[in-house]
Order: sequence, then structure tokens, then C-alpha cells
Amino acid sequence: MPNLNIDFAGIKSPNPFWLASAPPTNSGYQIMKAFDAGWGGAVWKTLGVPVINVSSRYGSVNYGGARMAGFSNIELITDRPLADNLREMEEVKKYFPDHAVIASLMVETKEEWIQIIKDVENAGADGIELNFGCPHGMCERGMGSAVGQEPAVLQTIVEWVMEVANIPVITKLTPNISHIVDPGLAAARGGTNAISLINTIKSIVGIDLDTYAPYPVVDGKGTNGGYCGPAVKPIALEMVKELTQHPEIKNIPVSGIGGIETWRDAVEFILLGAESVQVCTAVMHYGFGIVREMKAGLEQFMIDKGYETIYDFKGKALPNVTDWKHLNLKHKVVASIDNDKCIGCDLCYIACDDGAHQAIRIPEGNGNRIPEIIDENCVGCNLCSLVCPVEECITMEQRDDGTQHVSWDEKTKANAIPTTFDDDRAGGKGHFVPTVEDALKHRK
Amino acid sequence: MSEYKRPTSEIEFEQNFTQKKPLMNATEAHFESSKCLFCYDAPCITACPTGIDIPLFIKQINSGNMTGSAKTIYESNWLGNACGTICPTGELCEGACVFNHQDLPPIQIGRLQNFATSDAIKKDKILFTPGSSNGRKVAVIGSGGAGIACACELRTMGYEVDIYEAKSKPSGLTLHGIAAYKITNQEVEEEINFLEKQMGLNFICNHPIERKTQLEQLETEYDAIFLGVGIGATAQIGLPGEDKINVVGAVEFIEELRMKHHQLAVPNRVVVIGGGNTAMDAASQSARMGAESVVLAYRRSKEDMGAYGFEYKLAISAGVESVFNAQPIEIVGNGKATGVQFIRTQEVNGRLENIQGSEFIVDAEMVIKATGQAKQKHFLELIDGLELDKRKKIVVNDQSFQCTNPKYFAGGDAVNGGAEVVNAAYEGKMAAQGIEKWLNENE
Ligand SMILES: Cc1cc2nc3c(=O)[nH]c(=O)nc-3n(C[C@H](O)[C@H](O)[C@H](O)COP(=O)(O)OP(=O)(O)OC[C@H]3O[C@@H](n4cnc5c(N)ncnc54)[C@H](O)[C@@H]3O)c2cc1C
Ligand code: SF4
Repeated sequence: MPNLNIDFAGIKSPNPFWLASAPPTNSGYQIMKAFDAGWGGAVWKTLGVPVINVSSRYGSVNYGGARMAGFSNIELITDRPLADNLREMEEVKKYFPDHAVIASLMVETKEEWIQIIKDVENAGADGIELNFGCPHGMCERGMGSAVGQEPAVLQTIVEWVMEVANIPVITKLTPNISHIVDPGLAAARGGTNAISLINTIKSIVGIDLDTYAPYPVVDGKGTNGGYCGPAVKPIALEMVKELTQHPEIKNIPVSGIGGIETWRDAVEFILLGAESVQVCTAVMHYGFGIVREMKAGLEQFMIDKGYETIYDFKGKALPNVTDWKHLNLKHKVVASIDNDKCIGCDLCYIACDDGAHQAIRIPEGNGNRIPEIIDENCVGCNLCSLVCPVEECITMEQRDDGTQHVSWDEKTKANAIPTTFDDDRAGGKGHFVPTVEDALKHRK
Repeated sequence: MSEYKRPTSEIEFEQNFTQKKPLMNATEAHFESSKCLFCYDAPCITACPTGIDIPLFIKQINSGNMTGSAKTIYESNWLGNACGTICPTGELCEGACVFNHQDLPPIQIGRLQNFATSDAIKKDKILFTPGSSNGRKVAVIGSGGAGIACACELRTMGYEVDIYEAKSKPSGLTLHGIAAYKITNQEVEEEINFLEKQMGLNFICNHPIERKTQLEQLETEYDAIFLGVGIGATAQIGLPGEDKINVVGAVEFIEELRMKHHQLAVPNRVVVIGGGNTAMDAASQSARMGAESVVLAYRRSKEDMGAYGFEYKLAISAGVESVFNAQPIEIVGNGKATGVQFIRTQEVNGRLENIQGSEFIVDAEMVIKATGQAKQKHFLELIDGLELDKRKKIVVNDQSFQCTNPKYFAGGDAVNGGAEVVNAAYEGKMAAQGIEKWLNENE
């Protein structure tokens, strides 16, 4: 059996699956249930100054048959008394000494930071997470993302914290910023032990067409929320990679957050250098039991690949994530349709004809709807294979022999940047140009 | 005219016996698995006699962890592949799917289960390994679902297990009794080979345990004995003319059909006596073998039939005719049956009464008795202190499946009187755990 243990900047956890600081970590009751279900750690719902929450608080993006593909909230930090949270934290540690309990914190003044760190250390927290992320409510009071968006302020607060903290400190970053490296560097320079990202993305998930207010509607009005759930994973993965590839940040452990619902998502974050992953929306949708799919899948992946620990494959995809300019311009793939599998929906045809490169035709007169790839026009963009509803029906076949490699960077260095549109592939020289008659043939 | 042409080749046989739950393709599995809601404390799990974590294995299919999915299934049910196609899912897991409450078709749990396990079987995935030897030995008598489940479970705990089987092939009724349109012989055998390979099952076939001396030897050689002997051959019903040559038991008829396929000769006119699932299967399959007229006769009303509604509908859709309130009184004919004489019945104050003067004959060239199996009374009575209940079922503890003779454990049809393979799989597994517990306590 693979070993799922991690030692995350000194925080030990029986597996890399942590609950993100959010409603699922509101109370000791929930966290104990979660540990019992198999979670390795939990970042307690953010503790801080007193707040008042609104009703309602959540909105979602449903996509086709899937509910909560994206999820938004306007909830603030904990509204439960600090003393209750601290007492429950102590109790959780008593029952689960080997699990990771991390206190998420958000206060304003230096004095407040010093005091609350002392409080959670006394309660037995294994680590601290600084919440510089919330993009709603708290930022209007100068906290949360208001800090995360100001690298200098962020660095100062991290420095205050590092002066007094005796347990590992994780700085949680907001994605609501142009360059994630800026706050990442500020956190690093402030001396943080670890970084977690991403917090939620500023968003409006929809508008009620009768009341003209954004969701979630609070007495006829709404505000921007923090967006999370499966839809945000790609953004999170990219931001994690920005940090784990950065020379000044890459040695700082990263906890990946954003849209993780299956083992596959978790493995992807780890392959990009994350060491633990944090989950919220999947638990808000399916409960703590969802971890059994994640754990079993991670274990099976490790067995199949022969990995013994998380560290055997952490960051393994990073060497393959590069700048566009290093990609091989000689690599060529062309779509291929498996006629036996095709069900004749012709989505690939219309996607390519209207949305891409006019490289698919529907042959006339053969009595079926099976489309054909026009090899010369296919640029190998993948679109048809992405829209095809049948597994393995449209595949991309490699056409170059793999022996040649030229990148834009190499061309630049060799002073061979093209000055005309003379690439021999579709898109360049010899590109198929349909006629005006072709474009207007369905005109009534 | 019958709906089915008489099959003259294996191909034609397969056409007449097309699988009711064929293997899904990848697109179907992906689409179907994406619909599962992952209900909390899912009702389908409770409805499955083996308690498979169904939402989990479905999510694992959807997230591409096929090996994990098969593991989840086999962890609960050692006959996961067969059960996926032969379980009456509409009465079990799929019947409990919450989608039913919105008049949506339930998730096709059985077929998804079969899809995930077929993948593991085809790819020869090693999902389990035997536990390291604990020095204990168990004899399993009977290699049906119960025996196999018990043996596999014991192997994971490090037991040495010998499985004694009377027939030439393992699998019991899964191979010899289930209707041919529910599972193919190849599928049954592939699952057994798959389990045999990874669990190291030692089948000793063509080896009936029939005599007291044999039992005594097993008792001295083994730490415990598991009885998975099923309920045996079709019982005599005591009908005049029952011994005529073309009067057969349903279980025997189906076994012959499963072994001979198109080479089995089924005459044109068949009468099936009985109202349970076995009667439905025998009638359905007679029709699929090309019999021109298949009459299903049951002595009570349609509502009183023990068969599942879907099994009855399946028989009717295959062209079977049914006669209710018809009590057989004699099988007529000279040496060979030419028909069955019935008398009409009616219920009076809850009691079934014959209507005098209402006799009639239904012509038949073959009569199939689907009126119940005989139970293994003679064999079971050889075991000292083994208590049977009024219906000849072995009395066991409902947790440990231990018999009244403590060295013996039992499960499957022999205990429940005749249920499904999935029940046998559950009881065999529980008995293995019962054996482990008992031996640990008595060490
Ligand atoms: C016609 C018919 C249709 C059915 N259809 C379905 C269905 O669609 N789905 C479903 O789930 N279930 C179905 N069942 C029920 C299912 O087949 C049984 O519940 C299941 O096979 C019971 O398993 P078992 O291990 O208890 O017994 P069996 O499968 O009967 O196995 C018992 C084994 O023990 C062997 N044996 C018996 N005595 C001895 C001995 N003394 N020495 C050595 N070996 C011995 C037998 O040869 C046999 O191989 C059907 C049953 C019948 C009869
Ligand atoms: S074993 Fe049978 S009842 Fe259980 S989940 Fe599978 S198909 Fe359904």
C-alpha cells in the first residue's frame, strides 16, 4: 500500500486531503466527522473579528445536467464566538492528535494578530493559515483580499506573524490579481513557511430575471461573491504552477485549492507541485464521504505508477509546463474519425466549419451523416475531438515523424523569424479559402 | 406460430438468447455514470444484499479509476461481475434509485457494475492477493455463489481452502441454472478464472461428498466446513404419470440447455407447471428454443404468482401463453406424455378449491415441472446435530452463519431456501467471517 503521509512545512498529516477553510470547517462537530470519514487535515473556518452574516449566501452555476459546476458565496468569516471555536479545536486535537488542524485567521492590527496566534497555539493548532483572500465583505473592511492585493501590506503582516508564531504559517493567496507571483513573492519575503491558493474569484454567478438582482439575492439586492467549484480548477492549476516554478518561491510548500472533486483533480495539483490539497465545494455538495473516492483513486494511481509516497511524483509535470515559445512547431496532429463509432450528430462538422478551420465536410449522397476530415485543412486544433460526444471516436493522429524540433525561441535565436505567412501547414501557405457562394449557400 | 425460429447453430442460439443486459461501451458508461447523484447514505446500497458502495464505484468509473471501481465492487461481492447482469436489479438496487421518485429511469447500476468488473477481468487486473498463511484449513462443499464467496473471503484471511464440487465445473447454478439470456457461459467462467488466478482457489471437481465416512474425514482434516450445497434437483410432485420420459424438472431442463445450447432438442408443444421465477425462465427459454406453443400453467391466480412481474412479462413477450387457476391432476399419455390434465380452481374463503367437472387437457410433447427443488435433506441428515427447519433449510446463526453443529457453517440457497446469487454471495462471505471469529475464539 502506498504511503499517503505528508509533512507539509512541518505540519504532519496522514494524507494530503484537507478541508479548506469554509462552511465545512465551521465547527468541531464537522471536523471530527470529516476526520472520521478519512480527511487528513482541516483548515478551520477563519477566526477573527466579530461579523454578522446575511441570508441568503450561496449561488451556483448549473451546467447542463450538472449542478454546482461553479459555486459562489458571500459568507464572511466565522460568526461563532472565538472561545467556542478554540475550545472545540482543543477537543478535536484530543481525539485526533495525528490529524492536521490549521487555524485560518483574519484580523486587522498587529496586536490582534499577536493575540489570536497565541490563542490558537494554546488551543493546539498544528499550523496557521493567513486568510488574505476573501473577495467580498471583509475586503471592504480592509481585510481579506484587500491585503492579498497589496503585496507590501501582505508582506508586513506576514512579518508580524512570523515574529511571534511558533507553529508553521501558511499564507493563503487571492487570485483576484494580475500577477500571482507578486503576492507569492511578498509572502516568501515575509518569511512564510508555506503558501495556499487559490481563494475564491470575484464573481457574479447570475441575475434573477424577475427581480433584476444578482444571485444570491438578499432582500432584492446582491453583491459580488467568491467563485469556486469545479469550474475554477484550471485557473487554480495555472496559479499554483506560477509559484511552484518560480525560482524564489519553488522551495516553499504549496497547498493547492480550487475545484478539486475527484482523485484526478488532486493528482493534477500534486503533479504541478502542490503537496497538500484543500477541498470545499465538493464537500458542500456531497458531504465528507466524497473523500473515499479521492483517497482510493490516489492510492490506485500510486500503485499503478509504482509510487510509494506523494513526494515521488510531486511536481512531476512541472518540467513539461513551459512557455509557448519553447513548443515544437514541427509537431503535427490531424483529426481522425472512427466511422464505426460515429453517431452522426455532426457537431464536429459545424464546430470546425463555423468555429475553427473548415477542415471537415459531410460527403453528399452517401446516405449517412458521417463527416470526413479534410486532411490538408486540418490544423490539429482538437476542437472536433472535444465536442464529439462519443468516447474515442475522434482521435488526433500524429503526422510528423518526431525527429524534427523547431521552436519560436530557436527561430528567434537563429534569426529565422518568418516575415511572410509562408508556413506550409494549413493556416499558412495554401490555406483553403471557401468562396462567397459557399458562405451564402443557405441564404433564403 | 412461435416468435423464435428453432436455433440450428451457436450463432442462431445467441440471436434467440440475446443478452438482456449487454456489456456497456465506454460512451454509455461515461454518460450513465455521470448521472449518478452520489446520494448520501444511498438507498441503492441498502437495497443491495451485499451492500456494495454503489455511488462510489460509479463515481470511480466516471473519474477514470476503473481498477478502483472493480475493487469497490469485489470488496463487497465476490461475484460482482455475474451479479451485475443476473441480479433482479429492478427489485434491488435500481428499484431503490431515487430517480424513480421523479419518474426518471434509475441509474443502470447492474450494467455499470458489469462494465467495471469486465474491464478488470479482461485486463487481468490483480485486485486482491491471498493473505499470508494462517495455518488453518477449511473445506467448502459446493462451488455455487455461496461456496465461491466463502472461499475467496477465507483466502484473503490466509486460509487454505479446498472446494469440493459434484459437477465437472465450478459455479453452481450461475453456470447451470440462470437463464441463458442473462449471462453467457463464457462470462461465468471468465469471472471464476479471474478469481481463481488471484485467490488461488483449489476446486476439486467431479467430487461429490455423499457418504458419512467422507464427512468424517473432512471433519478431522479441516478446521471448519462450509456447506454451500444449494437445494438440489427438482422435487417430485406426486402427480400420476410424473415418471413419463418427457416429463422433466425445470432445473434439469435449464442445465441441459445451458450446456448444449442449440443442440438441445425442444419439441413443439411444451407445458410448464409452476408460478415462480424458475417457471418463467423455463417457459421463456422453451419459447426461445423455437417451441411453437409454450403454456405456463399455475394453479392459483396471476396475482398469487411468486415470480417477479418483470420475469412474467419477459415470458409473455417471448410468446408464452399462460393459464391460471389450473391444477394439474395427471400427466396423460402412454409411456410418453401427450398432455397434462388440469382441473380449474377457485379461491373460496382463502382456500383453493377444485371446480368439479372442469377438467381439461393441454397437449404437450414435453412437460416441465417448475414446482420447486427437493432440498438436500438426505445429504444434510448425514451430519450429526445439524438442525433443519420445517422447510428443510439449514438453521444458522444470522450473523455468523454457523450451524447447530458448530464445526459447520452454511450459506446460499441451502440456508435461505432459494433466493438469488447475490444473497448466496453475501451469506458465503459472512460465513467466512463467522469461521474466522469462531476459530479465533476457540484457539
Ligand atoms: C432456474 C433458476 C433461475 C435462477 N435465476 C436467477 C437469476 O436470474 N438471478 C439470480 O441472482 N439468481 C437466480 N437463481 C438463483 C440462484 O441460482 C441461486 O440462488 C444461487 O445459485 C445459489 O447459490 P448456492 O451457492 O447457494 O447454490 P448453487 O448455485 O445451487 O450451488 C451449489 C453447488 O453445490 C454443488 N453440490 C451440491 N451438493 C453437493 C455435494 N454433496 N457435494 C459436492 N458438491 C455439491 C452443486 O453441484 C452446485 O454446484 C435462479 C435459480 C434457478 C433454479
Ligand atoms: S450486486 Fe446486484 S443488487 Fe447489488 S448493486 Fe450489484 S446489481 Fe445491484
